[in-house]
Amino acid sequence: MSALADLINLDLSDSSEKIIAEYIWIGGSGLDMRSKARTLPGPVKDPSELPKWNYDGSSTGQAPGEDSEVIIYPQAIFKDPFRKGNNILVMCDAYTPAGEPIPTNKRHAAAKIFSDPSVAAEETWYGIEQEYTLLQKDIKWPVGWPVGGFPGPQGPYYCGVGADKAFGRDIVDSHYKACLYAGINVSGTNGEVMPGQWEFQVGPTVGIAAADQVWVARYILERITELAGVVLSLDPKPIPGDWNGAGAHTNYSTKSMREDGGYEVIKKAIEKLGLRHKEHISAYGEGNERRLTGKHETADINTFLWGVANRGASIRVGRDTEQAGKGYFEDRRPASNMDPYTVTSMIAETTILWKP
Amino acid sequence: MAQILAASPTCQMRLAKPSSIASSKLWNSVVLKQKKQSSSSKVRSIKVMALQSDNSTINRVESLLNLDTKPFTDRIIAEYIWIGGSGIDLRSKSRTLEKPVEDPSELPKWNYDGSSTGQAPGEDSEVILYPQAIFRDPFRGGNNILVICDTYTPAGEPIPTNKRARAAEIFSNKKVNEEIPWFGIEQEYTLLQPNVNWPLGWPVGAYPGPQGPYYCGVGAEKSWGRDISDAHYKACLYAGINISGTNGEVMPGQWEFQVGPSVGIEAGDHVWCARYLLERITEQAGVVLTLDPKPIEGDWNGAGCHTNYSTKSMREDGGFEVIKKAILNLSLRHMEHISAYGEGNERRLTGKHETASIDQFSWGVANRGCSIRVGRDTEKKGKGYLEDRRPASNMDPYIVTSLLAETTLLWEPTLEAEALAAQKLSLKV
Repeated sequence: MSALADLINLDLSDSSEKIIAEYIWIGGSGLDMRSKARTLPGPVKDPSELPKWNYDGSSTGQAPGEDSEVIIYPQAIFKDPFRKGNNILVMCDAYTPAGEPIPTNKRHAAAKIFSDPSVAAEETWYGIEQEYTLLQKDIKWPVGWPVGGFPGPQGPYYCGVGADKAFGRDIVDSHYKACLYAGINVSGTNGEVMPGQWEFQVGPTVGIAAADQVWVARYILERITELAGVVLSLDPKPIPGDWNGAGAHTNYSTKSMREDGGYEVIKKAIEKLGLRHKEHISAYGEGNERRLTGKHETADINTFLWGVANRGASIRVGRDTEQAGKGYFEDRRPASNMDPYTVTSMIAETTILWKP
Repeated sequence: MAQILAASPTCQMRLAKPSSIASSKLWNSVVLKQKKQSSSSKVRSIKVMALQSDNSTINRVESLLNLDTKPFTDRIIAEYIWIGGSGIDLRSKSRTLEKPVEDPSELPKWNYDGSSTGQAPGEDSEVILYPQAIFRDPFRGGNNILVICDTYTPAGEPIPTNKRARAAEIFSNKKVNEEIPWFGIEQEYTLLQPNVNWPLGWPVGAYPGPQGPYYCGVGAEKSWGRDISDAHYKACLYAGINISGTNGEVMPGQWEFQVGPSVGIEAGDHVWCARYLLERITEQAGVVLTLDPKPIEGDWNGAGCHTNYSTKSMREDGGFEVIKKAILNLSLRHMEHISAYGEGNERRLTGKHETASIDQFSWGVANRGCSIRVGRDTEKKGKGYLEDRRPASNMDPYIVTSLLAETTLLWEPTLEAEALAAQKLSLKV
């Protein structure tokens, strides 16, 4: 019906200065995203201009019923690709009325790490490769898969094209443009090895902004799958058996790693990561043990292994980094459901602040 | 991470003034229920992505897909395309570039996971992509582009499935270059219904009426899949591909498009990009593209990739003699060409259905049952071009075009062999 379409796409900029701000936060599971909208009197450039807000924490498993208010602090602004105009999306984190970060708020501790002078001086860059699986609604079987059966084995699907090989490209492509519009630093997309699975990359982005952008990109993705009538899954091993899992490989570099002689800095950093393998693994996403088996381009969860161009390793260093003597490395351990605030800050902490 | 992009600033949290908050009603999403397609397989419902829903909701995914990004960013999206491990499967992935680009030399090399396409082992999986040709992206519009690439080891060697590198060498040979070789390639293809692998429009479990009415036919009982052919035609024109025509083929559900005349290596680049666009379009339409040379056994035409070819000398006065000499050379290398003209071609080149039998080399004017056909107007004018009818629809155009150039311009038979062949083919050269 065109009347509803006209209303949703109504351009308010001629009739009103007011804008709509969609406040987004992370719910009680640490992975579920929530949002609600409010009107503001005029366009806004900086999060500092935005009011704090609050929500019913007892409805998201984040507060008891008798003291249910959780306060959300605006942290980052993006343009709203659904409402367009001057309307915005606002990434927030959650606090008690007394000003303490609630337990599921991982951003607060990450921000502390990123504002440490040694970390800030190193200008930590992150490139995060978010993999995800699309599922048919109601039956939770991947998009494009025959119900009650399986598609042909993996091989043709990675970066594939064609109705029998690529399932759900419209979601990927609309997400790409929506993120570019929103101001997210999306650097690419590709179809993944398991059919119905896709990936987008965010980066390189400095410090805490990397994680803010990944969370908002996840939010936009889930809004788009909602529109398309499919279900988004960030489960690290959606289908057991001879099917790839989904990860969130995190590429990382510091100023020293990017300069001449950086390869030595990289090797030292990898050594330190090796000494804290268990701590990292426990923070790299629930259910990762179903994915890190040593098969399907992963390293086994109990093994720490690194190598150049080796996709079966925990940490992979690219050939061009090896050749140039400087560059970055890829931590392949994080699962698709990892919290980027936790992962990015932990890598910075271990490689820059921690002393073995 | 290889690109230096400006990093986004870190946003610091600051204390805000106390806000006056009205009720904190949760935002209620309007859950848009898409009407399911016909009750057949669930797989069909995946078409909801680009579908118009019929009730009170609108297709907001479509408006995002068609978003014009130019007003708010200079950045463009480049889809890098390459050929995978089977030599016929196309792969692609996209990346953001800072600003629009005119020439492939401005594009960065890239890499991909060769262990996922049968092109590298897992412990040393990087395969490098070298950008070779740019086309405009008809799906994303704006300044977004498609990039045809070929594939190399990190040490800079073309990997075994990279047929472009060798072709480029042949086309930059002085003798070949001077002759300005033109190619017109007639790509035939068949459309199949998904899941059943039976041609589009054919009754499932049965056959349509025999061939006859379908070639260039029109009407719901004769032409199946025209929207794909027509959408593809415009998409190719938009992209900058040298598409010269289309037609419905003899077997129902089979179509053809032609690319050319293109010079040298361009022919291969344009055909591969056209194949990519075709597979993207069939993906959207929910039908399966096949380039198999004999999709249906029996009294049904196969699918070929007839390659029309001419050199400067052939196009000038006296060219017909040059054409005959070229045919002579080709006749002496028939088996080499056939083995490079596509897998499964023996099921198609039977001597029936407008083909010549696979182990016989023949040529003739206006004769569609020959290996090589020369048009009546070429014979009359004494100059023109020849049509090699042997290549299968799944041939690699880099191989076929460069092999034609090599055999006719760079290779010389012994005088004896030449004389014998001339006799056999009754060619006075």
